Amino acid sequence: MKRTFTTGAATLLAMLAVGVTAAEAKTLVYCSEGSPENFTPALNTTGTTFDAARPVFNQLVEFARGSTTVVPGLAEKWEVSADGKTITFHLRKGVKWHSGINGFKPSRDFNADDVLFSFNRQWKADHPYHKISGGKYDYFADMDMPALLESIEKKGDLTVVMKLKEPNAPIMANLAMDFGTIQSAEYADMLQKAGKLEQFDQIPVGTGPFQFVAYQKDAVIRYKAFAGYWGEKAKIDDLVFAITPDPTARLAKLKKGECHVMIAPRPADLAEIKADANLNLMSAPGLNIAYWAFNLTKPPMDNKKIRQAFASAIDKAAILKEVYQGAGQSAKNLIPPTIWSYNDKIQDYKYDPEAAKKLIAESGVATPIKIDLWWMPVQRPYNPNAKRIAEMMQADLAKIGVEAELKSYEWGEYRKRMQAGEHITGQLGWTGDNGDPDNFFFLIGCNAEGKPAGQNLSKWCNKDFNDKLAKARSLADIKERTKLYEEMQVIAREEVPQFTIAHSVVFEPTRKEVEGWKISPFGRHEFHGVGLK
Amino acid sequence: MFRYLLRRAALTLPTFVALMFVTFVAIRLVPGDPVEVRTGERGISPERLAQFRHELGLDQPIWKQFLDYVWGILHGDFGTSLVTNEKVLTEFATLFPATIELSLAAMIFAVAIGVPAGTIAAVKRGSPFDHTVMGASVIGFSMPIFWWGLLLIMLVSERWGLTPVSGRIDLIKFYLEPTTGFLLIDSLMSDQEGAFVSALHHLVLPTIVLGTIPLAVIARITRSSMLEVLNEDYVRTARAKGLSPMRVIGLHALRNALIPVITSIGLQIGTLLAGAVLTETIFSWPGVGKWLIEGIGRRDYPALQGGIMLISSIVIIVNLSVDVLYGAINPRLRHGR
Amino acid sequence: MAADVESTLVAQAGPKGPFADFWDSFSENRGAVAGLVLLTLIAGLAIFADFVAPYSPIEQFREFSKAPPVWEDGGTWKFILGTDALGRDMLSRLIHGARVSLFIGMSVMVVSVSIGIVLGLVAAFAGGLVDTLIMRVMDLIIAVPSLVLAILVVAILGPSLTNTIVAVTVVYLPRYVRLVRASALSEIGKDYVVASRTIGVGKLRLMFVTVLPNCLAPLIVQAALGVSDAILEAAALGFLGLGAQPPIPEWGSMLADSREFIRSDPWIVTLPGLAILFTVVSINLMGDGLRDAFDPKLKRS
Repeated sequence: MKRTFTTGAATLLAMLAVGVTAAEAKTLVYCSEGSPENFTPALNTTGTTFDAARPVFNQLVEFARGSTTVVPGLAEKWEVSADGKTITFHLRKGVKWHSGINGFKPSRDFNADDVLFSFNRQWKADHPYHKISGGKYDYFADMDMPALLESIEKKGDLTVVMKLKEPNAPIMANLAMDFGTIQSAEYADMLQKAGKLEQFDQIPVGTGPFQFVAYQKDAVIRYKAFAGYWGEKAKIDDLVFAITPDPTARLAKLKKGECHVMIAPRPADLAEIKADANLNLMSAPGLNIAYWAFNLTKPPMDNKKIRQAFASAIDKAAILKEVYQGAGQSAKNLIPPTIWSYNDKIQDYKYDPEAAKKLIAESGVATPIKIDLWWMPVQRPYNPNAKRIAEMMQADLAKIGVEAELKSYEWGEYRKRMQAGEHITGQLGWTGDNGDPDNFFFLIGCNAEGKPAGQNLSKWCNKDFNDKLAKARSLADIKERTKLYEEMQVIAREEVPQFTIAHSVVFEPTRKEVEGWKISPFGRHEFHGVGLK
Repeated sequence: MFRYLLRRAALTLPTFVALMFVTFVAIRLVPGDPVEVRTGERGISPERLAQFRHELGLDQPIWKQFLDYVWGILHGDFGTSLVTNEKVLTEFATLFPATIELSLAAMIFAVAIGVPAGTIAAVKRGSPFDHTVMGASVIGFSMPIFWWGLLLIMLVSERWGLTPVSGRIDLIKFYLEPTTGFLLIDSLMSDQEGAFVSALHHLVLPTIVLGTIPLAVIARITRSSMLEVLNEDYVRTARAKGLSPMRVIGLHALRNALIPVITSIGLQIGTLLAGAVLTETIFSWPGVGKWLIEGIGRRDYPALQGGIMLISSIVIIVNLSVDVLYGAINPRLRHGR
Repeated sequence: MAADVESTLVAQAGPKGPFADFWDSFSENRGAVAGLVLLTLIAGLAIFADFVAPYSPIEQFREFSKAPPVWEDGGTWKFILGTDALGRDMLSRLIHGARVSLFIGMSVMVVSVSIGIVLGLVAAFAGGLVDTLIMRVMDLIIAVPSLVLAILVVAILGPSLTNTIVAVTVVYLPRYVRLVRASALSEIGKDYVVASRTIGVGKLRLMFVTVLPNCLAPLIVQAALGVSDAILEAAALGFLGLGAQPPIPEWGSMLADSREFIRSDPWIVTLPGLAILFTVVSINLMGDGLRDAFDPKLKRS
C-alpha cells in the first residue's frame, strides 16, 4: 500500500515537473502509421517498428541521415584486412547508456560486450535471449550473416574483431541496417536475473539521442532528448509518435498543428498539401519498383509475342496519373533510376493497342485469351493501390481481346501462392535494402541449376541473363559490373519477363516550423538533428 | 430466485465450451499463416518457416493445440500474441477500457437524448415534433455508420474545425499515465489542466457515430412503450383525478415505460460492440474492435481466439444479467418460462 | 405477441377481406407509402439497370476521371453525378449497385428465412435435446459481435459476392429461428392445433401447413426489416474490403475505394453512402408500415 503511494506521488511529481517545463519545452509530434511490434529492430522487418526504435539506438556504423552513405556510429573507425576477411572495429569511448523506465541504472559506458551481446543474440541459438520475443531474426538471416560470419571476438574493452568466411563488399552497408543495432548487455543481465527477459524488447535502453519514456499501444510513443548523448544533442526536448493509421486523419492533424511530420500522405491529397502555406512538401524518388509478373511456365505467357503485346497494351501513363497521381515515375527497367548502372538508353514499350493486337495475331494464340490477374490486397510503398491498377489493366486488356479475371488472396497467402507459381499474371514489387543493383536483379534470377529464385515470380530463367548476374556479383570493379547490368536490362527489355509499372516517389509533408528535415532514400524517419522554430 | 439464477448460469456453461471450440476451429480454417504474413515481399525459406511454425507450436496436431488452449484458458491464460509477444489478456485489458469508454459514452448519449425525445413524441402524438423524431429515428437506424463517421469527420472536423479528427487526447499538451485506462477518469485524476476537456472533446464525434443507432432505437422504443403505458387504466385514472400531466408522465408512466427500454439497452451491447469495430477503425480509436480486425489481417491466432472469446463472454454475461434483472423486476416471466 | 397478431387478424377479417383491410391500414401510414414508392423506384432502377444507366458501370473514361457532378464547378451533363477515380460514370455505377445491394439483401432474407423457418419449427416441435441444441447454437452466434463474425466467415471462405451472402446469412439466422420458434410454441397449445393433431394430421403437415401460416405475420415484418439490415451489413463488409470483388459496383466497396478522395473530391465518397441510406430508409419505412398494419394494437392506442 505504502509502496503504491510513494510511486504514485513520484509519478505525480514527475508530471508536475513536465507541466512546469511544458511551456518552454520543444515537442515534436510525428504522426506515424502503426504500433511497433517491439523495440528491438533485429526481431522485426517493418519500417514502422524500425522508426520507433531508431531514436533510442545506434549501430556500429550508420547511414548518414538522408543518404545511403555509411558513416561511423558506435565504431569510431574500422580496418579491413587485405584478404577482406577480417574487420577490426575501434569503438567510441565514453558512450553513455540511458536509464530504463523500469529502474535500470547503467553502471558503465558502452563497450565491446554490448556489441558481442547484440550479434550473438541473433546468431547463437543457445544464447539466453535468442528465443525471447519470438526469436525471429529475419534480416540477420536474409543478409546471409549466419553463413558469412566466422567469429566475432573482443580484443579489449573497445575493440571488436569480426571474421568472415569469405570477403563481402556490402557488409558495412549491411551492418548499418537496423538489425545491426547495439543493445546493452548489462541491461540484459539485469533483466535475466530478475527473470523478466521479455521486458528487454518492450522497454528499450539504448545509446541514442532520445530516451524512451512511454508507449501506449495504438496510441502514442514518447521519447525525451538524452542529455548524455555522445554526438550532437537533439534539437528538440520531447519527441512524440502519435499513432494514426488513417492517412486522412494524419493530414487533418498535420494541418491543425496536432503533429509536425506525417508519414505516407495519400496521393489524392498532395495538391492540397502543396497549396497549404503552413506545410512543406518534400519528395524523393523511392528505392523501389512495382511490377506485373508474367508466369512463363503457364501458357500463354510462355509466348514472347504475347508478353510484348501485353507490354504495348497497357496504358502506363494512365496508371501513373490515376493511381500514383504524381507520386510515381514510369518504370522501364528492373531497377530504379537512382541506382547506378540504370540503363537510360532503353526505350520503353509504347502504349499502342493496335500494335498489341498485331503482336497477338502474330503469336498464333487464339483470342479471346483468358488469363488471371492477381492484385495484392495491401497498400505497399511502391504501389498505392494494386486493385485500381488491376482494374485499369483489365480494361486495357479487354481492348485487345484478353479477358483478365481479377484475383486476390490474403497478403501472406497471396505471396506464398505466387511464389508457388499458381498465377498466370500478378502484381508485386520490391523495396531495396542497400542501394546495390544486385539487390534488385537477383529477384528475377535463377541459381546455377536453372531453378528460379524464390522471388522470381515470372519463373524466368534466361541463361545469358543469369550468367551475367552471377559474374557481376563476383566482381569488385564497378565499371565492369555496370556494363554487365546494362546488358541485362537490354535482355529484359526484349524478353519482357515482367511489365515494370512504376517507381514510387516518396512524399513527406512537414509543418513549416520543422527545421532540418531530410527524406531518407530507405524510407526511414529520423529525428536526430531535426529542430522546431 | 437463487435457484433460478443458478439454472440460468448453468445453461450458459455449454455455450462457453462451444464458443471455445468454435473460435478455435474457425480461426484455424482461415487460410494464411501467421509466419507467412509477416515476411512481406522478402519471402521465407521453407526450413525457417518450418522452424518458426515449430517454435510457435503450429506444427502440433490440432487436437493437442486445442487441449493446450483449453488448459490455458482454465488457468486464465489466453495465450500470447504472435505479433507483439504480449499476453492476449494484457493486450485486451489495455485496449478494452477505450472500447468501454466509447460504448458507455455512446449509450449515455443515446439514452440522454432518446428517452426524452421518445417520451415527448409519445405525449404529443401526431405533432410535428413526433413526426420529426420518428423520421429522424428511421434515418438513424438506417445509417451506414462507416459512412456517417466519414461524413462527420469531413464536415465537423475538417471543414468546420470543431472537433479533433481522431485519437483520444491531445498528445502534444498532455501525457497521462494509464491508471484506469479510462481517459476521462485518468485526466480528472491528473493535475493537468485541460486534459479532461481535451479527452471529452476527442470523444464527441465517435460517440455521436456509435450512438446514432442506439439513439434511434431507444427513441422508438420509449415512444411506443410510453404510448402503451399512457393508455393503461391507472394512467387514465391518474389523469382523470386531475393530476398534472407532468406528474403523471414523470412519476407513473415513465417509470413503467422504461422497463422495455432498459432491456433493449442490455440487448444492444452486442450491436454496440459490432458498431465499435467500424467506429474504432474510422477514428483510430485504440480499442478492441480495431485490434480484432487487425488480428484477422495478421493471422494472429491467439489474439483472435482470446479476443473473440473474451468479447463474446462479456456479451453472454451481460445478456444473462439483463435476463435475470428482468426476471427480478417481472416475476411473472420467471415462472412463465 | 403472436397470439395478438392472430386474434387481430381474425378479428379484422371482416367483409372486406383481409388483404384490402391490410392495405387500408398500410396506406394510412404516409411514411410507409413513401417508403414503398421509393423502394419500387430503386427496385425498378435495379431491374432495368441495363436500359436506364447511361453507360456501362465498368467502362473507364480515363480522360474524365474524377469529373465532378453537374451542379459543381466543372461538372457536365455528360456525367450527371460525376465519375470515380478511373473515370467510370457514378450514376451508372450507383444504378447497377442497386442491383447488387438488393440482390444481396433479398438473397440473405430468402435463405435465412427459409432456414430459420425449418430450424425454428423443428426446435419448437421436437423440443428436448434438439431444441436445446439448436437454440444454444443460435445463442452462440448472437454472442459474437455480428460484424466480427461476418468478417471471420468471409476470411475463411474468401471475399466474394456469394460469400458475403453466406456470412450475412449466418449472422442473421438466429433472429428468424428464435422468432419462428417462439410463435410456433405459442400456437402449439391452441385448440386448432390440438384438434388437427387428434384427427391424425402428419407432423410435417402440422408444422408447415397448420402452424406456420399463423406465425407468418411477425415473420414478414422481421424479414422486411432483415433485408435492410443485410444490405447495411454487406456494405460494411464491402467497406472493409471483404465484400464483392472488383469491378462489381457494390456500394460499400465503392465507398471504401474512394475513401482517399474524401478531402479532394468528396462527392465520390458521399454518393454511395447516400444510396445506401436511401435504400435502407425506404425499406425500413415500409417495414414499419407492415408492422403497424399487422399489429394494429399500437396504432389504435
